[in-house]
Amino acid sequence: MGFTTPPYLLADVSVRRVMLQVLLGLLPGIAAYVWLIGPSIVMQLLIATLAALFGEALMLWLRGKPLMLFLTDGSVIVTAWLIALAFPPLAPWWLVVLGTLFAVVVAKHLYGGLGQNPFNPAMVAFAVCIVSFPALMSQWPALGLQLTWVGQFEIIAGLAPRIDVMTGATPLDAIKTALKLGEGTVDVPTLLATQEVFGNFAGRGWEWVSAGYLLGGLWLWQRKIVSWHAPLAFIGGLSLLAAMLWAWNPLQFASPLFHLFSGGSMLGAFFIVTDPVSGCTTVKGKLIFGFSAGVIAYTIRVFGGYPDGVAFAVLLLNLCVPLIDMYTQPPIFGMKNEK
Amino acid sequence: MISREEFSQIRDNGIWQQNTSLVQILGLCPLLAVTTNLVNGVMLSLATIIVMAIANVAVAALRNLIPHEIRIPVFILIVAALVTVVDLIFNAQFHELYRVLGIFIPLIVTNCIVLARVEAFANKNPPLQSAFDGLFMGVGMLWTLALLGGLRELIGGGTLFSGIDMVFPALLPLQLLPANYPGLLLAMLPPGAFILLGCLIAWKNWVETRAAARHAGPGSHQAPPVVVSDSV
Repeated sequence: MGFTTPPYLLADVSVRRVMLQVLLGLLPGIAAYVWLIGPSIVMQLLIATLAALFGEALMLWLRGKPLMLFLTDGSVIVTAWLIALAFPPLAPWWLVVLGTLFAVVVAKHLYGGLGQNPFNPAMVAFAVCIVSFPALMSQWPALGLQLTWVGQFEIIAGLAPRIDVMTGATPLDAIKTALKLGEGTVDVPTLLATQEVFGNFAGRGWEWVSAGYLLGGLWLWQRKIVSWHAPLAFIGGLSLLAAMLWAWNPLQFASPLFHLFSGGSMLGAFFIVTDPVSGCTTVKGKLIFGFSAGVIAYTIRVFGGYPDGVAFAVLLLNLCVPLIDMYTQPPIFGMKNEK
Repeated sequence: MISREEFSQIRDNGIWQQNTSLVQILGLCPLLAVTTNLVNGVMLSLATIIVMAIANVAVAALRNLIPHEIRIPVFILIVAALVTVVDLIFNAQFHELYRVLGIFIPLIVTNCIVLARVEAFANKNPPLQSAFDGLFMGVGMLWTLALLGGLRELIGGGTLFSGIDMVFPALLPLQLLPANYPGLLLAMLPPGAFILLGCLIAWKNWVETRAAARHAGPGSHQAPPVVVSDSV
């Protein structure tokens, strides 16, 4: 438990190298995003990156830290990309900038900077924005929305009016709203078969974006950047609860597969709950962290008022990390666990 | 009687050195709940000032008669009587505001600031000093709550003095930021109050560190004052 395997000499684990590989791991998901949802995500990634670099430089300068060392370590770019991927792709530019600056300035640097933040900065940004601007954070592009690069740029920059036609519900929201409106008259299998927003096994288009994150996450696992514990436990917690409710009433609850490939599940499993700073450090702790986050995320997204629950679940578990770590310290090698 | 030095010490303690919200971190519950705008913060502070100043005088005058063992129930009884008076006055004079502030006016009786001043100051000092202590501790709370309320209101909705018409019917709230300002709702919610209070405390410590560094002359460095709180 808790050992790394030899050869030790080959391990090159500088922050920059790890962060660079995490960014590479995000690429399959981003590629699917650009291909199936729209290229506006590229603009959002760019906006978030610039805002994050600005916020990081400002805080480093105020705190009297070396600029180039921290600016080029890539950690702030990972935060920025996760924010851009979690936000609606046509969100106005200032929303992304606000979320990113809040993440970098408040959630990261006010708590002491890289390695010191108790909360995942990207999830703080998401929570702050969805609590403050619930309407804007729920406007996802409608299916088949064909916009030119210029058109998308105009919407993000606020030059073109934000028309309601262009926005639609996320697959998770579509199920929740339909069930609430047609209480007793609609069931999930019919919804999935008839509504255009659903694809083969989850949301149309979004299912492949999630599959892209899964692919990138598996690559990170294979590269030993992330361990399997937290992602597997997260997926396990989410699917266990989903499977139980689905088995109990398949007409009212979507399948575990649907939930795994909807919303932020895959992004959360491989890129959020694996955060080495705000997550647990012990092996057992990672399992508890992931499992609880999965269960809470499912509960919030199905029974709560917000479109997805991954952010709130992760933030809640971030708070519990010191406690979990305290109770899951492995015994020192050669010693018996004193209980 | 009160000497000039004594007076200025009580004044500085209340307004800055021992500021209830920024240094003692007392009375967080009303602080977080009612400072959604400037007017609410100021009016609740005014109610607290009235209670605190009179309670301090009453306790200071009776301090040699109150048995030590049951002093807390006696203090609470005095404070509760005053809070009832203030509650009725607010209900009669500012009825709409009274409904907005709701439970937080009766709750002044449980406000740690009031009990803390009565126990720590009025119980050991003459009435005049105690009256000034209650007054200036209240003023310290007032400017902090006003600043916090104003900031939350401005960030959360772009307005200032909203609800002023409940106190002065002739006045209207100011819309400082453009009408299409979306408003950062977080600032209006309790987490926003915590974050902004943290920023205010940091600002106060920064001001003091700078003042201390300037006072000690260039080259010397002094550790920032440590904020300690043992109760809320």
